[in-house]
Amino acid sequence: MNIISELINDRFMIAAVLLFGLGFMNLLLQKNLIKKIIAFNVMDSAIFLFLASQGYINGRIAPIITNGILDSEVYINPIPSGLVLTGIVVSVSVTAFFLALTVRLYGIYKTVDFDEIMLLVDKEAE
Amino acid sequence: MLPFYYNIPAISILLCMIAGMIMPLLPNGKVALRVAMGVSAGVALLSAILMINIIPVNEYFTYMMGHFPAPWGNELSAGPLEAMIAFIFGLVMFLSLVGGSHTIFYDILPGKQKMYFTMMSMLLASLLAMTYTNDIFTGYVFIEISTIAACAIVVARDTPKTIGSTIRYLTLSLLGSGLFLIGVVLLYCITGHLLMPNIQEQVLRLVSTGLYTVPLTVVAGLLFSGVAIKSALFPFGGWLPMAHGGATTASSAVLSGLVLKGYIVMLVKIFYRVFTIDVIRDLNVTNIMFACGLAGMIYGSIEAFREEHIKRMLAHSSMAQIGYVFMGLGLDVNLGVAAAFLQIMVHAFVKPLLFLCAGRLSEVYDHEKSSYRLRGSAHKDWIAGIGFTLGAMSMVGIPLLGGFTVKYYLVTSAMMNPAKLWPALITLMISAVMNALYYIPEVIAIWTRCELCTPNPVDSNRGFDWIAAPILSAATLFFGLNGYSLIQLIQRGLALL
Repeated sequence: MNIISELINDRFMIAAVLLFGLGFMNLLLQKNLIKKIIAFNVMDSAIFLFLASQGYINGRIAPIITNGILDSEVYINPIPSGLVLTGIVVSVSVTAFFLALTVRLYGIYKTVDFDEIMLLVDKEAE
Repeated sequence: MLPFYYNIPAISILLCMIAGMIMPLLPNGKVALRVAMGVSAGVALLSAILMINIIPVNEYFTYMMGHFPAPWGNELSAGPLEAMIAFIFGLVMFLSLVGGSHTIFYDILPGKQKMYFTMMSMLLASLLAMTYTNDIFTGYVFIEISTIAACAIVVARDTPKTIGSTIRYLTLSLLGSGLFLIGVVLLYCITGHLLMPNIQEQVLRLVSTGLYTVPLTVVAGLLFSGVAIKSALFPFGGWLPMAHGGATTASSAVLSGLVLKGYIVMLVKIFYRVFTIDVIRDLNVTNIMFACGLAGMIYGSIEAFREEHIKRMLAHSSMAQIGYVFMGLGLDVNLGVAAAFLQIMVHAFVKPLLFLCAGRLSEVYDHEKSSYRLRGSAHKDWIAGIGFTLGAMSMVGIPLLGGFTVKYYLVTSAMMNPAKLWPALITLMISAVMNALYYIPEVIAIWTRCELCTPNPVDSNRGFDWIAAPILSAATLFFGLNGYSLIQLIQRGLALL
């Protein structure tokens, strides 16, 4: 019972670790460039999930003052949320750049298979 | 009221970022080049002022951005070491742009030249931010900015091959960034802070309890792995030869000379200011650094020896040189860390010198890149020939040149740690012999007259001939002749971290 309650308690952390591993391996091993980009986003989202879950405190509310309550004990930790926002901006920028490169290569070789593209590139160089 | 020089780190970073933003509004690439050169020269000048003010009094300061305290605000920190590194980054960026300007306008389409200089300015901004930051999350953000900018200056040539090598570079860089980010996040979760001194306080408290050894080892390992991938340490450097070898000359010079080092400077700063170097040694992270460094020295040298393409040969050699840096860091003695920093500084000058000279020799021979076809090219441009020879001799470790000083201090540091003495000595010896085996034939080839070769008539490159090559060559000699005082200065800087 203890193990089950611990697993439930740490569910976000477990999900984050699994998603990070999934994203990491696919970013490394996938040949399809679009799948690589999706894998990168899964990997980064896993980190954001982990960070957001660490900032969340059960029973507290979002750190936005609406009823004039200034007591910090009422709100969750806002720093991880801020970090997640910054991380998302970075992640979106990298995704856009990666997609632009993919579109460029697709325009030339009509495929998103990276191995196939590199074979064609080498053949052209010869 | 703060003294003016306290503002220099922030001004330097903002100057580069503002320059990057205004580049697309400029009339053409030539104006953008001048602005980029002006900004990098300005950063070098400002950093020199900072050095003059803080080195004599051995001062280390932190600078609160916008006067907001933690956790809302952000901090920069600077001491003699950061100032020296920032000076080198600014100066070498300026020299790479001056010396490589001809090939930039040959390789990059006119419509993309302004964006190229935007990326160069953003790259310098990110390198400076990684050097000066006192906040680990800001460090991560600038790592990502440098990833995008570095990939963009590789892909600027816009050939299918460079796009392919950029995707490989980007993929591995993102894996590195992901590992670094999860390391930063775990560290925040364990300590509750993002500023380096605050984290250090908590880390030391946790270390004294002995309860958090495994999580701290994992964090240090993740941060190291992330940086190792991005700085092309063995076995993660597969992306480097294609990316650095295929880019335009100025990009190759900046990537090999500066970008690889920016990440390592930040890692060392984190190790000193977050964990303290004694904790890092107790966690055994330095042993992994040492092993990867030694393997990289051998692997990079073997691959460089097998390479025919001159720029890819230099790129493989960079992998070996990064191995020297990690070997120094992994020796577990303070002199070894100082020797690693000296290697960072020497290589920041020597590798751009080699890339710029190789680029110029290739330019005078109809843009040939094969070592065999560059025979006799030094007779067509003797300044490039002399520069290449000097750089190659420094890499081999000829006395009076920077490369020799580094090897001397690495050997001296290895002798202070008997457990690592023999592996370090044997690998250094093998690597030095391998360096000679691929650099000396290259030097002989460029000076061997070739009757059948037909040089390409090209304009003289005054920026390269009168500014870049002489200053980079003089720096190689300077490091060779002033090793002792520089190592003392670096050790003083490290003690203040």
